[in-house]
Amino acid sequence: MLGKLTIDALPFYSWVAMGGAAVTVLCGLLFLGVITWLGAWRYVWKEWLTSVDHKRIGVMYVMLALAMLLRGFIDALMMRAQQAFALNSDGYLPPDHFDQIFSSHGTIMIFFMAMPFMTGLVNIVVPQQIGARDVAFPFLNSVSFWLTSAGAGLVMISLVIGTFSTAGWTGYPPYSGIAYSPDVGVDYWIWALLISGVGSTLTGINFVVTILKRRAPGMKLMRMPLFTWTALCSSILMIFAFPALTVVCSMLALDRLLGMHFFTNEAGGNMMNYINLFWIWGHPEVYILILPAFGVFSEVVATFSRKRLFGYRSLVYATAAIALLSFTVWLHHFFTMGSSASVNAFFGVATMIIAVPTGVKVFDWLFTMYRGRIEFTPPMLWTVGFIVTFVIGGMTGVLLALPPADYLMHNTTFLVAHFHNMLIPGVLFGFLAGYMYWFPKAFGFTLDERWGARSFWCWLVGFYLAFMPLYALGFMGMPRRMEHYNAPEWQPLLIVAALGAMVILLGIVCLIVQLIVSIRRRHETRELTGDPWNGRTLEWLTSSPPAPYNFAVLPRADEIDAFHEMRKRGVAYKRPKHYADIEMPKNTAVGILLGGLGFVLGFGVVWHIWWLALASLLGVAAALIARAFNDDTEFRISAAEVEEIENARYGALARAVPKSVDQPSTAAEPLPGSAA
Amino acid sequence: MTEAAAAASDAHSHSTPREEKAFGFWLYLMSDAIIFALLFATYVVMAGNVADAPPPHSQFDLTHVFAETMILLASSITFGFATVAIGTGRRPAVQLWLLVTFALGLGFVLMELTEFRSMIAAGAGPDQSGALSAFFTLVGTHGLHVSIGLVWILVMMAQVALKGLSVPVVSRLERLGLFWHFLDIIWIGIFSVVYLPGLIE
Repeated sequence: MLGKLTIDALPFYSWVAMGGAAVTVLCGLLFLGVITWLGAWRYVWKEWLTSVDHKRIGVMYVMLALAMLLRGFIDALMMRAQQAFALNSDGYLPPDHFDQIFSSHGTIMIFFMAMPFMTGLVNIVVPQQIGARDVAFPFLNSVSFWLTSAGAGLVMISLVIGTFSTAGWTGYPPYSGIAYSPDVGVDYWIWALLISGVGSTLTGINFVVTILKRRAPGMKLMRMPLFTWTALCSSILMIFAFPALTVVCSMLALDRLLGMHFFTNEAGGNMMNYINLFWIWGHPEVYILILPAFGVFSEVVATFSRKRLFGYRSLVYATAAIALLSFTVWLHHFFTMGSSASVNAFFGVATMIIAVPTGVKVFDWLFTMYRGRIEFTPPMLWTVGFIVTFVIGGMTGVLLALPPADYLMHNTTFLVAHFHNMLIPGVLFGFLAGYMYWFPKAFGFTLDERWGARSFWCWLVGFYLAFMPLYALGFMGMPRRMEHYNAPEWQPLLIVAALGAMVILLGIVCLIVQLIVSIRRRHETRELTGDPWNGRTLEWLTSSPPAPYNFAVLPRADEIDAFHEMRKRGVAYKRPKHYADIEMPKNTAVGILLGGLGFVLGFGVVWHIWWLALASLLGVAAALIARAFNDDTEFRISAAEVEEIENARYGALARAVPKSVDQPSTAAEPLPGSAA
Repeated sequence: MTEAAAAASDAHSHSTPREEKAFGFWLYLMSDAIIFALLFATYVVMAGNVADAPPPHSQFDLTHVFAETMILLASSITFGFATVAIGTGRRPAVQLWLLVTFALGLGFVLMELTEFRSMIAAGAGPDQSGALSAFFTLVGTHGLHVSIGLVWILVMMAQVALKGLSVPVVSRLERLGLFWHFLDIIWIGIFSVVYLPGLIE
């Protein structure tokens, strides 16, 4: 009846695990309790959970990402604490538990922190940047979000019921096969990835169609804002790369469930095939995450340097080149597999070539800042911190791209330091910059700048303290993922790294304080114009928060930085003579229903509760078929209602302090040749 | 430009929902094609990893596979007839050709299941060797797609019956057609990469 599920699945094996389970359950109950206490269930259900509005979905993605950032960071803190103490001792974590923690840390940070953060920002911003009223497929957007949440839910519930994988976030066989990992951990990992991976593929399709088909009149491809360009390239990568993850996870699941021999030690299995397939997805995934962060930096650096972006064209071509090259380097993750020297050389050279377009971007950002009037707002601080730190990570990456050097550093903490050096400044700083940059657009008030700056400095200093020692430890020969060790010379550096993690903790506390302080002062920092930063692109034309339809009249975009040009010509806030009815998609509960069924399906398969899995699969089919019969998916906002909303908007604009557009922007002349 | 004219040009600058959905579906097919490409690659890599089990090609029966192939190809033609009937708006003809397509597709799936059953009975099941795992997964994934296509055909026949050839229904039929023909192309790949070389040996 309950498959493999028994009372032993509860985490009575260690107090740390029980503590984790208790905190998870309490946080969940607290969240539900607060909504109940506020009496807000009806509102939350009608306006958020069933919403197909891209802005609402985007906000929910970012909330999911921030919650999972906390979870993933607690994992990191526990690992640093263990390694700081575990010289010639067992520390406080048993090996099996330590292994679960590093596996869930990587899995959560990539799939359930970085991916939803990126998708959330793209959701909130891209339709507004291209002058559209919503994405091409709003219902599909809701389904994608709920599938991602279902995957995150499976990872979270593994804390309470059963265990998580001990095979690392990459799940290499044969260890992740049934012979060596017979319990449910790897299954949780597989099904969390499979279910959320479907969501990511659908998101990719949705945004390619949105960006290519729904741009405002006049907005040619070479007039799209850089963030939209990076979102487009990232979405294309999602469509082409995520199938590889689906395939490889499915094969591993078939090995585990049906006794197949794709990756087993015996009967003709080929575990190296797993590693190839995994990284055919895995390397493009790095760029799926980092390209949109590059897009954020490009927007932020232009806005706060009060200049047009330097080398727009070269940034676009560099983005496209990186997207293309990202499919040609996957083998550098396993030079030590023992391919021939020429194969390793090919992938080594291809890897180094990626540094070229990336370098082009760094110079474009620097030249945008050159002779600009730089304002060091928090988004700009993250950007400058990124440029400096990321270049160091890039250089260690070029070092690792040399196969002979990689043989020495493979699977040491040098590698751990390298990829954190790419992903923390490159991805996370970018998304935090985007969070602080676009928060006023989503909510109508600005985030506190002092707490933002404090958070930035803690993160930056903490990052250096936490990861520079790992480079040194890698040279000293320390392998990654060690539960305990007997080399006393490693311990001082590991203690420094643990201190760095504590400083990053302060940075996270500052982020939370910033949010609380800003919400309390929201009436003082209310943003009436919709454009708190003197922005340049179309998302700043809408009100903050935007009306459900974003634009009452679709804007025209005849230049790069369309909004900036409109304001220069003094036509940005020109009132249309009359409004027309607007058709918008209706909210629907089918998205959350599919996510819920996906979660139950995953849970059923993990525990071999086959009737449950089958029932939820039939539920999915029934929901999809019922939805396919529904042709009444839109509703009409009448011209009168639009006019009412817009009148309120113009009233707010009249009350706002007008910002001058020309004064700061003409003060800094562009470099000769910069007007691409 | 007057505002009315501007509004009119706005309306034209966007694609219709049908075009957007068709484009989105092409993108889905591309990602699905990657899934099959990787399954093909895996099969080619693992076809020799037979361990102690019979090699996959020892189980192939050319007559059976040829009949299977002809049935599936015929179903693509009959779907084409349905598309022609949609173009001329003849509902009964659309239903008839969809029904014929469904019957052919069902015949294909049943023949595939027969082949799988006889292989498993002969000790050449998917759990016997890496090569057989790759074979069953590649061919089975295609079979699963065809089965989903069969359900989709039934859904669309119900929609044609209940809603007529309305714009959304025709738009869905268009995408079902893309899906069905796509599976034919994949099958041609399976026939040429899996069955033919196996039988030449």
